[in-house]
Amino acid sequence: MAVHYYSQNDINTDLLFPGKYTYTCGTGPEIVEHLLEDLDPGFREKVKAGDIIMAGSNFGCGSSREQPTLGLKYLGVQAIIARSFARIFYRSSINQGLLLVQSPDAVDFYTPGDEVTVDPSAGILRVGEREFPFPALPVEMLAILEAGGLLNWIKENNV
Amino acid sequence: MGLTFAQKLLGRAAGKVVEPGEIVFVEPDLVLTHDNSSAIIGKFESTLPEGKVKHPDRIAIVLDHVTPAATSKNAAGHARVRKFVAEQGIEKFFDVGSGICHQVLPEQHLTLPGGIVVGSDSHTCTYGAFNTFATGIDRTEAAGLWITGRTWFKVPETIEINLEGFLQSGVSAKDLIMTIIGKLGSDGANYKAVEFHGSAVSGLLIHERMTIANMGIEMGAKIAVFPADRITSDFLFSDALCKAALWSDIDAEFCEVYNFDLGEIVPVVARPHTVDNVCPVSDLPETKVDQVFLGTCTNGRVEDLKSALEVMKGRKVVPSVRMLVGAASRDEYVKALQQGIIEEFVKAGAVILPPGCGPCLGAHQGVLAPGEVCLSTANRNFKGRMGEKDAFIYLGSPETAAATAITGVITDPREV
Ligand code: SF4
Repeated sequence: MAVHYYSQNDINTDLLFPGKYTYTCGTGPEIVEHLLEDLDPGFREKVKAGDIIMAGSNFGCGSSREQPTLGLKYLGVQAIIARSFARIFYRSSINQGLLLVQSPDAVDFYTPGDEVTVDPSAGILRVGEREFPFPALPVEMLAILEAGGLLNWIKENNV
Repeated sequence: MGLTFAQKLLGRAAGKVVEPGEIVFVEPDLVLTHDNSSAIIGKFESTLPEGKVKHPDRIAIVLDHVTPAATSKNAAGHARVRKFVAEQGIEKFFDVGSGICHQVLPEQHLTLPGGIVVGSDSHTCTYGAFNTFATGIDRTEAAGLWITGRTWFKVPETIEINLEGFLQSGVSAKDLIMTIIGKLGSDGANYKAVEFHGSAVSGLLIHERMTIANMGIEMGAKIAVFPADRITSDFLFSDALCKAALWSDIDAEFCEVYNFDLGEIVPVVARPHTVDNVCPVSDLPETKVDQVFLGTCTNGRVEDLKSALEVMKGRKVVPSVRMLVGAASRDEYVKALQQGIIEEFVKAGAVILPPGCGPCLGAHQGVLAPGEVCLSTANRNFKGRMGEKDAFIYLGSPETAAATAITGVITDPREV
């Protein structure tokens, strides 16, 4: 499990997935080819299932495109930990079943090389030796996240 | 304690009094999608094979983003959408050439005061200009809404923005909203509702309110909303369509309050690569541009095109600049044709684009080369936004766009 750390704030949707591909790439395999292409060109090669992304504030601001959340979920990214998230991105992550943890303290505490683990059911984030509790999601959102995303939740609940 | 617009509106939908932070389930009046409908159809069909959408009359689809199709893949996407709307009986379908969704839906009176509209497009917040609770969602959620007709919202806290005074000549609503974003920052209103108050509001026309509400998302806002008044009912040609309008109580609780004197606003630009990187045009070092783009859902209305022409005063676009002009919709295009505006732009050396998003999202019709600089009237200047990560996008008003087109450098429209 590796941590991919991007210290800057306001990492927007164009940096996560350039707008020029939005109407030609919609599936997991198509999306991952361009994921984070203008932010971290080596990302695709180094990322592995179970990895964590750590970033500054307002992560995912900009467009409503869901390729960033869909692509990261497809790659098996375990969680994104940021100082804060943009609203549509946050909502989209729940819809994809991708765990987001907002913890400015944990991001500030982190130094590259620290081990990071997340336990969503206990609401505990560990960075190196320190623990950072985070509040549980409201039940409605937790149900969608646990079902693996909104459409799975709809299927399971026959709504 | 009184209630905010968001509390009243979501409370009405939920049938109870709601507080910020509460989750409520709502049935939006309309779900907007555009070229991305093709991908949403895929999600819909894999979740509900052979199924029908729950409320075909609550779905609006506008093909606007890459129109006419730039590649066969785009064309196949459009074709898939046409087939789907026919099969599903979706009547609010607007094909290539109708214009940008955020212009077309208001023109069709589909974004009404007191209504709830969600869209798989972040600038859905534009409809706040009409007192609509309007916000962006992703494609997956749009597919979910086609199936269930419902979604959830967290009741947001609200920021009050007070506007007083009058804009000076050469200064526009675009300069005002960019100044506000520069002050609040690109996450200054994250998760929050923004309400516009103050004596200046009644003097802001619909196209100006649309420009302002359109950029609410650029400071993270969930909604950016105006009261419904005479200007709203005049636009809708109807008082009856305004009957569901809501507004916050005088003693509503706002989490933050900001005051802006319109008389102090000057022409500004947002410098690369963030929308809150705002400075007065007059503070910029000499900045040569290769392209000027006048249009988009932010500034593609006939009033915007006219204001730009008034700055140009018959002068031509300098040879070093490519000027692209696109009306936001077919209706706006027709108005511009009838008023002779299009002819004047053509004679001045501009290239006219069909109604639609044009180069705003970097897919076609004016993509930049590495190292090039564009002054655009759009709402976003992110790295790579216009198709090339090593290009530089400055955002400005239609007036600043015009002054820049005739001089070749980013220019304060009051100086030409
Ligand atoms: S004009 Fe630009 S910002 Fe507006 S809807 Fe189209 S792509 Fe989005």
